[in-house]
Amino acid sequence: MRKIRPYVTGLIALAIAMVIFVLPFVFVLLQAAKSKPEASRLNFGLPEKWLLWDNLVAVFKARDYQLVLAYFNSTLITVVSVTILILLSAMVGYVMQRRKTGWNSVASVALFMGLMMPPAVVPTIGLLQELGLFKTISGMILIQVAYNLSFSTLLFRSFIATIPRDLDEAARIDGAKPWQIFFRVILPLLKPVTVTNIVVQSIAIFNDFTNPLYYLPGKENVTVQLTLYNFQSMYTSQYNLLFMNILLVTIPPLIVFIFFNRQIVAGMTAGAVKG
Amino acid sequence: MTETRPRSHTSPYPLWFFIPAAIIYGVLFLAPTVSSLWFSLTRWDLSTAEFIGLENFRQFFSEPFLVQGLVNTLIYAVTTSGLKTVCGLLLAVLLTGNIFARGFLRTLVFFPVLVSTIGIGITFTVMMHPTRGIINVALETLGIPGPGWLTNPALALFSVALVDLWKGVGLATLIFIAGIAAISPDYYEAARIDGATRLQQFSRITLPLVRPAMITVVTLSLIGGLRSFDLIWAMTRGGPGFSSDVIASVIYKQYQAGFYGLSTAGNVILFALIAIIILPLTLWFNRREVEE
Repeated sequence: MRKIRPYVTGLIALAIAMVIFVLPFVFVLLQAAKSKPEASRLNFGLPEKWLLWDNLVAVFKARDYQLVLAYFNSTLITVVSVTILILLSAMVGYVMQRRKTGWNSVASVALFMGLMMPPAVVPTIGLLQELGLFKTISGMILIQVAYNLSFSTLLFRSFIATIPRDLDEAARIDGAKPWQIFFRVILPLLKPVTVTNIVVQSIAIFNDFTNPLYYLPGKENVTVQLTLYNFQSMYTSQYNLLFMNILLVTIPPLIVFIFFNRQIVAGMTAGAVKG
Repeated sequence: MTETRPRSHTSPYPLWFFIPAAIIYGVLFLAPTVSSLWFSLTRWDLSTAEFIGLENFRQFFSEPFLVQGLVNTLIYAVTTSGLKTVCGLLLAVLLTGNIFARGFLRTLVFFPVLVSTIGIGITFTVMMHPTRGIINVALETLGIPGPGWLTNPALALFSVALVDLWKGVGLATLIFIAGIAAISPDYYEAARIDGATRLQQFSRITLPLVRPAMITVVTLSLIGGLRSFDLIWAMTRGGPGFSSDVIASVIYKQYQAGFYGLSTAGNVILFALIAIIILPLTLWFNRREVEE
């Protein structure tokens, strides 16, 4: 009896989890493979003919290859902003952790606010217009950096606490300049938390919808999440294409998840432990 | 290597490391936040701002649909946060226990956290279609008449909250799993020797010791719930009517309509709401922790 129990509970849990967590994804896949009239019935039946490839091509061709442009924009924003984020937040986390100064309390308050407060959108739009950064990719990148700095810094700060100060001292005695200590000694040691940061932040920025909606309107600036939003209003009769688009948007995080499962989990819990 | 200044006076931790981050954060986050306090008091078209005092706030609180947005925000935040805490804790207990396919189940529960909110919103909107959606079709075959999940004004907000639970419970579960894993197995061992039942072990050991994780989950999900916009926008656009509008969607609608001052006032109200709820909560949690 003792030996069976884990299997029984496990299988029941598995069955329920399949219905609740897997069926929606299966539904997306099925819809994405159907023809237009079949998909509009919204039911769970298998497609008569699997049209995955045809729908894929149709989604990519829609609106002059808008999705290709969207993937390009989203990738560009994600890669550049994550790179800047990593560098700046590691620097801030390092000094906050190592040096006792009055600025630390200022930085702590700023961190706390950044985690808690929603941005003031319309004043930000006004400001971006003044700076000539509204509706530009570079403006969007800077916004993503500003909004995600707090979380990144938090991760770095707690990790840097585990690196012994003796290393800094040793490097210093060897004649390294302060910036060399950081870039040549500390930064390479931060690799685990850097990977976590890269993974968690790229998923967050890639999936972001609200900020591009506000700060990056315009056809030529479209991001992946906004294509979904556009498809939704445009293709209420073409559910097959809508769901193919959802499928395509789900794939990048899925790949990242498969490769970095462990780091994501570590990062999510580390960042969540009180700020 | 020549040092011009004596070493003891130069810190190896340069303060200028703060500067690039501080500029970006200060200009793009702090400055708009502070200036929103001023712009919320104006009639504003992005170029000229005319001071009108508290007129925007008076208007906000005298329009029933705007006040409903405020009430909905509270309902939504409390509902999602409560559900995530309870379900997350139960799932975590299940998924730290000795069961078959534990790792796979954890992965399954967590994956929706990473998927596009808009994608999930659209998928569930379709599945919640009142007549053709698979949820109601399934209920019908069981002989239960399914409700209009998103078309019934009394229900729409809660339907979205359920989807929010579906998407977010994985993160809560993960935090609870980390919290439970930190509890020493000795306690359970001792309890078992004393003959404590599973329920007693849960209420006397797990529940009190998982407190730090619970504080994190409650705080995070409350902040998330108060700020939430994308899921609601993808599923209902605040409708039917204004029945599922929250402050964040009100801010967006007023912005779209060109009422920039009113939109910014909505933002200031959201700041205040978050500060009023989260700050005392954090202080209270911290104090309890110190006393214990």
